Amino acid sequence: MTINTQTGWMRNRLGEGVWKNRGKVAVAGLGHSPVDRRWETGNFDKSLGAYSILAAQRAMEDAGITADQIDGIVSAPGPLGDNWGPSRPYFAPPYDSEDGITKVTAEWLARGLGIAPDKLKFASNEPPYIGLAWGYAIEAIATGKASTLLMLYPTGNIEGRYHQQTEKRLSGATKWPALWGWTGGSTYAYQFNEYTRRYGGSKAEVARFVANLRRNGLMVPWGYYTGRQQKEFTVEEYLAGRFINEPLNLYDNDLPVNASGCYVLTTAERAKDMKQKPVYIWNHAEHLATMRSTVQTLDEAQDWCEASARKTLEGAGLSVADIDIFNPYDGFTLFAQTWLEAFGWHGVKKGEALEFYKGDISVEGPHPFLSSGGNIGTGRTRTAIYTDTIEQLRGTAGPRQVRVRADTGIAGCVLPQTNGHVVFGKHLP
Amino acid sequence: MAKPVPAVEDNDRGFWEAANQGRLVVQNCSACNRMQMPPMATCSSCGKKDHLEWKDVRGRGRINGYCVQHDTRVASLREDMPFNTAVIELSEDPDIKFFSHLPGVPAGKVPVGADVEVIFQEVEPGQMIPEWKLA
Repeated sequence: MTINTQTGWMRNRLGEGVWKNRGKVAVAGLGHSPVDRRWETGNFDKSLGAYSILAAQRAMEDAGITADQIDGIVSAPGPLGDNWGPSRPYFAPPYDSEDGITKVTAEWLARGLGIAPDKLKFASNEPPYIGLAWGYAIEAIATGKASTLLMLYPTGNIEGRYHQQTEKRLSGATKWPALWGWTGGSTYAYQFNEYTRRYGGSKAEVARFVANLRRNGLMVPWGYYTGRQQKEFTVEEYLAGRFINEPLNLYDNDLPVNASGCYVLTTAERAKDMKQKPVYIWNHAEHLATMRSTVQTLDEAQDWCEASARKTLEGAGLSVADIDIFNPYDGFTLFAQTWLEAFGWHGVKKGEALEFYKGDISVEGPHPFLSSGGNIGTGRTRTAIYTDTIEQLRGTAGPRQVRVRADTGIAGCVLPQTNGHVVFGKHLP
Repeated sequence: MAKPVPAVEDNDRGFWEAANQGRLVVQNCSACNRMQMPPMATCSSCGKKDHLEWKDVRGRGRINGYCVQHDTRVASLREDMPFNTAVIELSEDPDIKFFSHLPGVPAGKVPVGADVEVIFQEVEPGQMIPEWKLA
């Protein structure tokens, strides 16, 4: 996965100590659209643009503010869009792009919300995905580029199979794995095989983890399965899943969805006067890595995740023992165990994650891992992990509210080789 | 099994030309004395391009790991599913990794750790690609 983005704003170096802006930025609002599948082409009430406006309106309402108080918008416009491959032509004029349909830029959202361009001090579509968008938006507030901004993460889902390589002749960097059919989750299937060879364990433990994620996901009001799945997903269902990249099966992959999430970020000072009790940003940290050869090895993934964890905690001035809520990325299930061991949350060391899954990881228990349900439990919104962390710290997670202390939390996204993490705090440092 | 065909591009022309001659080569930076795979325009360590060369290797390796493809995105391989994709580490430098279908090895029966040697398969007239078989 190649990430094309500027890196100057990132907090990506170890040894810089506690972040100088720790506690100066706050989350004041959050909002979410419905989550569904396979956009019904031409239904503009359910387009990504419509869902983004809805999510932004809900976020502002949650914060108790109006659009005229917004002076910044950051969007990670979406993985679809003009260059992604809709197999249809653009709609009739005035449509000349996918903006507002299968991707949503900051400028489009501003128009949709009725924010005049001259009211916006800062509008950017620089971050390629939500893990980096959080850090980018936080820095925009911390450095005064904006005082109150919307951070948008739209993710689209259209008809058809994705990423199919139908041409016989393969070119570019992806040909090296693709010539041998190494696509999708192959890397993580290979890493899981290596993991179990080294440390033991099996898919049976992963099944417990996935069933718990799906259970947590049913407690997210907007989660994809909520209202669609009538009973809890079982260990047996997981184990019967058809293989995609064996040993990974269908249920180790998250479900692409059409949805949009939005957050209001502002200064800690301004947040005091808004509707919700602020949740403070204690740190953000980013990590970009390059693999040595044609495939990412388990060793590389572990090293990169550990580097991310050290930077994330260092900047917050916290140790992992201080972290109450932990929502790492789970877009392939293997990621979660790698993050868990890298951070060492609840004392889990390298090779111990699957054993940890045998314990009580429910939201009611002592180790409420991924209380959000993650992508696996709610669909590939990549927002559940952040929204849940904020709600847990607010104390508004409803049936998902953990029984243990919820004063601090970490959420992060996406892959071992490219990711960003945020440390949230209920209190000021 | 029918395989897709590589587009020969500037960075990897030497690799495919060698394969067509039955030789396995790896890009090497003579300044860093460091091999890299896949081929790139510059050395991934020093960033320079002037010292990149093609280095012949013995074509011996070891199976580092694998997965079994039941649902690949590569259309021309779909009729052969399920099939193995193994990761091969090169004897001269185990950090250098190749892929292989391990011809003749049943899906899911991959002997991780076993020694392998390179062979070459023709994927279209005049175009060979490296594969690996148990040594």
